[in-house]
Amino acid sequence: MRIPCPFCGARDSREFVFRGDAQPVRPGGDDAGAMFDYLYLRDNPAGAFEELWYHAQGCRNWLRVTRNTVTHAITDARLARPEPAA
Amino acid sequence: MRYSIVQLARQALGRHRGWAPAWRDATPKDGYDVVIVGGGGHGLAAAYYLAKVHGITNVALVERGWIGGGNAGRNTTIIRSNYGLPGNEPFYEWSMKLWEGLEQDLNYNAMVSQRGVLNLYHSDPQRDAYARRGNAMRMHGVDATLLDADAVRKMAPFLDFDNARFPIDGGLLQERGGTARHDAVNWGYARAASALGVDIIQNCEVTGFLRDASGAVTGVETGRGTIRAGKVGLAVAGMTSHVAAKAGLKLPIESHVLQAFVSEGLKPLIPGVITYGAGHFYVSQSDKGGLVFGGDIDGYNSYAQRGNLPVVEDVCEGAMALMPMIGRVRMLRSWGGIMDMSMDGSPIIDHTPIPGLYLNAGWCYGGFKATPASGWCFAHLLATDTAHDTATAYRLDRFRTGHVIDEKGAGAQPNLH
Repeated sequence: MRIPCPFCGARDSREFVFRGDAQPVRPGGDDAGAMFDYLYLRDNPAGAFEELWYHAQGCRNWLRVTRNTVTHAITDARLARPEPAA
Repeated sequence: MRYSIVQLARQALGRHRGWAPAWRDATPKDGYDVVIVGGGGHGLAAAYYLAKVHGITNVALVERGWIGGGNAGRNTTIIRSNYGLPGNEPFYEWSMKLWEGLEQDLNYNAMVSQRGVLNLYHSDPQRDAYARRGNAMRMHGVDATLLDADAVRKMAPFLDFDNARFPIDGGLLQERGGTARHDAVNWGYARAASALGVDIIQNCEVTGFLRDASGAVTGVETGRGTIRAGKVGLAVAGMTSHVAAKAGLKLPIESHVLQAFVSEGLKPLIPGVITYGAGHFYVSQSDKGGLVFGGDIDGYNSYAQRGNLPVVEDVCEGAMALMPMIGRVRMLRSWGGIMDMSMDGSPIIDHTPIPGLYLNAGWCYGGFKATPASGWCFAHLLATDTAHDTATAYRLDRFRTGHVIDEKGAGAQPNLH
């Protein structure tokens, strides 16, 4: 599997560290129910999936990758945090 | 038809033309007392024990493809009960006891072979951890023997004992562990369940659930029509999230791909099951002669039933570090199966929040050894609406309440792999 890093180009997946589902966002406050949802519950779709990868052995950017979990085909990869406007 | 040496001789005289199919390939009726979704080992075992133990024979088992076509036919066939936590050990030991009587019970040769499972340790702290686990097992009445390096050397002289980085100091041996023939387990359960009246319906994908006004599940919509049911049990590990989403459930599970490998056939070489304590690698030898081995999950969400090269290399590096002679062997095949990775690495056998819908899921990469007890406990839950004594810890709400079972601390995303 090759991941098209927007900074480095298409690179072997072993250069990257997988972080998982990009959807869950850590909730603020002390709502135990929201924290349970964030920690444990996953949509886990069979098909298009947005996930976070870290290019540890490359540019060290966090990427937001759209990958099909049934075919492993990657349709999009962008920086998780866009460049701030100059 | 009962299988026996007499039956074999009689069929031989008839030039083996008299054998009947082992189970009925049924067509769906309008409704059943219980519908089990998923024709893997766990679903088949649950259907069998529902009929045999609880007398509930008006049961259908619906399977999207063919029985045993998923993880039940993709695992590395190891059976063991060498767990440390009180929530796990009685359950897996009950499974081991069922394995020990399985072939007589099913009248089917599942090739259960108690050739021993040896976990190697490579340091003093690891020895202490294994001693602790062995003691925990013995306190539950399970056999466990702590071996030193000399004893391991007698069993497996070909290992790299004096490895500079990870020398082998000994191992924890469960002699009653071993292997079974995974396909035969499925076929045996299917044959025995079918003989008791269970309808096994293949090529029948569940596309939705019937709900009544209160929201309770009252049946399933399938590719072969609507089937009403008093209760519906899901045993679709690998696809659990996908199927449960059709009922509106979101679960603490991610699907990941786990690869396994087999070498060319060799003369008897590996005495039992051997696991590497310093890397993720384990190996046994099938009765056909191939070395069957595997390692870690690929580590990203996948429903693809095939993995990528980095894990192949990782497993082979583990193999070379543990037993360098394996470098002379050619790998014959590799394949992938989809694991239901629960968030604490332990399974779920429980009610769901939806009345009428029951869940058997989250087997991670350890489902095969659990097949008999999983079926037994799921049947118990479906029949009595209470958890079996050995499966009380496998609750769905344990993540919410904090009662997780962190046997290895290795769920889908603990970042501890």
